[in-house]
Amino acid sequence: MSNTDHNAVQTGLSAHLKEEIDHWLTKFPPERKRSAVLAALRAAQHENNGFLTAQQMDAIAEYLQLPPIQVYEVASFYSMFETKPVGRYHVSVCTNISCMLCGGEELLEHVEKRLGIKVGESTSDGRFFLKREEECLAACTGAPMMMVDHVFYENLTPARVDEILDSLK
Amino acid sequence: MSDDLVNIEINGRPVQARKGQMLIHATDASGDYVPRFCYHDKLPIAANCRMCLVEVEKAPKPLPACATPVAEGMKIFTKSPKAIAAQKAVMEFLLINHPLDCPICDQGGECELQDLAVGFGRDVARYAERKRVVKDKNIGPLVSTDMTRCIHCTRCVRFTSEIQGFQELGTCGRGEHVEIGTFIEKSVEHELSGNIIDLCPVGALNSKPYRYSARAWEMTQQPLVSPHDSVGTNMFAHVLRGRVMRVVPRVNEDINENWIADRDRYSYEGLYSEDRLTKPQMREGYSWREVDWQTALHAVADRLNAVARQDAGQIGVLAAPSVTLEEAYLTQRIARGLGSNNIDHRLQRSDCSDQQFDPVFPWLGCSIAELEQTGSLLVIGSNLRKEAPLLAHRIRKAAVKRGAQVAFINARTYKYLFPVSGYLASNGIGMVDHLAAVVAAAAQAKGVTVPASVNALVAKAQASDAHRAIAAQLSSGERRIILLGALAQRDGGFAQLRALAAALSQITGAQLGYIADGGNTVAAHLAGVLPHRGVAGQSLPASGLSAADMLDAKLKSYLLVGSIEAQDLPAGAIEKMRANGFVVALSSYASAKDYADIILPIGTFAETSGTYVNVEGRWQSVPGAASPLGEARPAWKVLRVLGNLLNLSDFDYENSEQIRDELRNQTGNVIADNRYHNTAAVARHSAAEAIEVQLYSVDAIVRRATALQLTHEALQARAGEQA
Repeated sequence: MSNTDHNAVQTGLSAHLKEEIDHWLTKFPPERKRSAVLAALRAAQHENNGFLTAQQMDAIAEYLQLPPIQVYEVASFYSMFETKPVGRYHVSVCTNISCMLCGGEELLEHVEKRLGIKVGESTSDGRFFLKREEECLAACTGAPMMMVDHVFYENLTPARVDEILDSLK
Repeated sequence: MSDDLVNIEINGRPVQARKGQMLIHATDASGDYVPRFCYHDKLPIAANCRMCLVEVEKAPKPLPACATPVAEGMKIFTKSPKAIAAQKAVMEFLLINHPLDCPICDQGGECELQDLAVGFGRDVARYAERKRVVKDKNIGPLVSTDMTRCIHCTRCVRFTSEIQGFQELGTCGRGEHVEIGTFIEKSVEHELSGNIIDLCPVGALNSKPYRYSARAWEMTQQPLVSPHDSVGTNMFAHVLRGRVMRVVPRVNEDINENWIADRDRYSYEGLYSEDRLTKPQMREGYSWREVDWQTALHAVADRLNAVARQDAGQIGVLAAPSVTLEEAYLTQRIARGLGSNNIDHRLQRSDCSDQQFDPVFPWLGCSIAELEQTGSLLVIGSNLRKEAPLLAHRIRKAAVKRGAQVAFINARTYKYLFPVSGYLASNGIGMVDHLAAVVAAAAQAKGVTVPASVNALVAKAQASDAHRAIAAQLSSGERRIILLGALAQRDGGFAQLRALAAALSQITGAQLGYIADGGNTVAAHLAGVLPHRGVAGQSLPASGLSAADMLDAKLKSYLLVGSIEAQDLPAGAIEKMRANGFVVALSSYASAKDYADIILPIGTFAETSGTYVNVEGRWQSVPGAASPLGEARPAWKVLRVLGNLLNLSDFDYENSEQIRDELRNQTGNVIADNRYHNTAAVARHSAAEAIEVQLYSVDAIVRRATALQLTHEALQARAGEQA
């Protein structure tokens, strides 16, 4: 958590981000700018190595004319948003019922051991972030599965997982 | 009308309810209590605590009474086995994570959760798992947090978003991890923020200065009226062994509803500041000597008598605008009894050039509750949120709920948390020029000539679209008001501002109103604490000197009543008083040593019985809540004895009610009337700009309220002063 005062000078939003938010704003009635928060946060997180800073959230709040707390609420509610620095690659291993029955929990254990971190932590080299996933990722036919950033990897074995993780630099 | 009503049955009794009402409104009206946490009369409905579940015939499951609208033929059971079972089940859920720390919780004994747990809780918990723990948040110097106790009713969140107008608190996280807070470390800074303490149904939000200092059941509750602004806010002091421990709201729908400003809630800390005086003091050379009351009072009487025998015009009397009606009246009687008309309470007013056209008392122009119903408002010279937070709240309601158009003319821009239809601030020209341009625009639109008093001013005014818009908004629609605030009244061009405002009122038909500058200003007017008028606006054969003039005149003796400090007076006032003068102060604080020769220690607003007359002209008397510190005495008693020592006739009051009633008998014919009768042209009196109203330095007591002085607001104001 940052101690940033919301009154402080805003770092502002990039031109690309503004464009992206403007695009989403066209989809909602003009007085419902709050509806664009989710899309704005997603785009902002994408621009900032996979996590949101208080400055970014404040800038979004200012751009959408909302109290900053309303943006914080959304960012802290959804597990897709990170509000603290995390590793570059977001790794999520599904342990919900289908994956669990097919060895998802063992797979998770394997990933934890290999990366040397627990769920919710990032590796010290800043490469991997082992995300606490709110499951199920809707790939039960390919259980056990793992998601890295937005890519699904299915029918996994520990060896295949190693191969995938090794390929991510 | 009957179309709007539906017939329902509550616990077997037929009742009628208005269409669109929620069940809880109907059950409350019929006296069938339904337990609740998240529902609050003044807040939007959230329906997230589920405590108000009731049984409704034909509904498959219990329904939340706060979020279920009434329908024709509905049969509601609030105490049926099904309803009670549902309520008990909800209570069990709420208590899963609530700590069992009532013995060390400030809310213990006055806790809604505790009370309802007695009624609906199980004797033994079935839940043996660990309770969750939530980190406490630091949300500033006023409100303490124990977030583990929070049951997520979101009353505080809805208060910040709906009543304050700017959401500062929110629900962060999700599910098991949900927390109420500000997310980033930040204090809650609105001027009404302390009300979240009363709203919180558990011990999560409590008063920080009061924390761990007393128990609810040990204290007695005494009514008070706030002296810090002209609203006349109703409050209760909670008193333990003669000491005010805290202040809470006293519900009065006509005035403050169930809210009080933070200034009203926390000012009591100032009562017990280290520099409170407990004994009369006399200056001896460069040091001070504590004396007994008799010595001090005789010295004062001798001195005043001596000056009066020579030239009563050498006596100047100043009363703080926050003194009670009784104190104001006796001060007036003493001044005039000694033969001096040099008496004033308008300590900050610099332009008294047209004071003969002042109304008998500065009236709001409508009732406080009616402010909510206005369709169009023009506020001239007022930092509204700082001046009178609860009037700002009413006007916000008018703007937000009824779409009222609210415009401002100020020397600078202040932040308002509601839509503002027009804001004329400086842009290189002053308030007078802006207002003149609005008058010009209004006169042009209506095709009328402007009154002679402002003809010259309006003739050279340049109306822009912004001016025309304000003129138009004031010219049509229901309930239109033009309000003159404290910054207008303190401005060196007040006569012009008022003449223009009156002209605008005359042209547009909008009502002219005042936001009285100071807590009990209306009472001071009625009591005749004015150089040019006696009691109830009586005209005098000769006028005395106004506050500013009597300081400039460097008189031989001054009497200051009501803890007046240097900050309350125009710049250089202390040097002027001390130049030739012998100064007597009735003050609660040692700061009077800066200027006085004799100090008579008096009780504060919480320690004296007395009457406050608010900006609507409403009289409110309170009996006095706490005992005065040490040998300090209520000022009316001090003044009465002084009156006796000065041999003034009919000064034998036995209680403050007698004083009030004596004045009341003389003010029977006073009616609220803000009409302005001047026809001569008005000139600018001086270039002086109004002294800002600082939220937390309006009077000596507030300046000493420790917690208020630690707020961001106060720190910023002080930093601004030093810069």
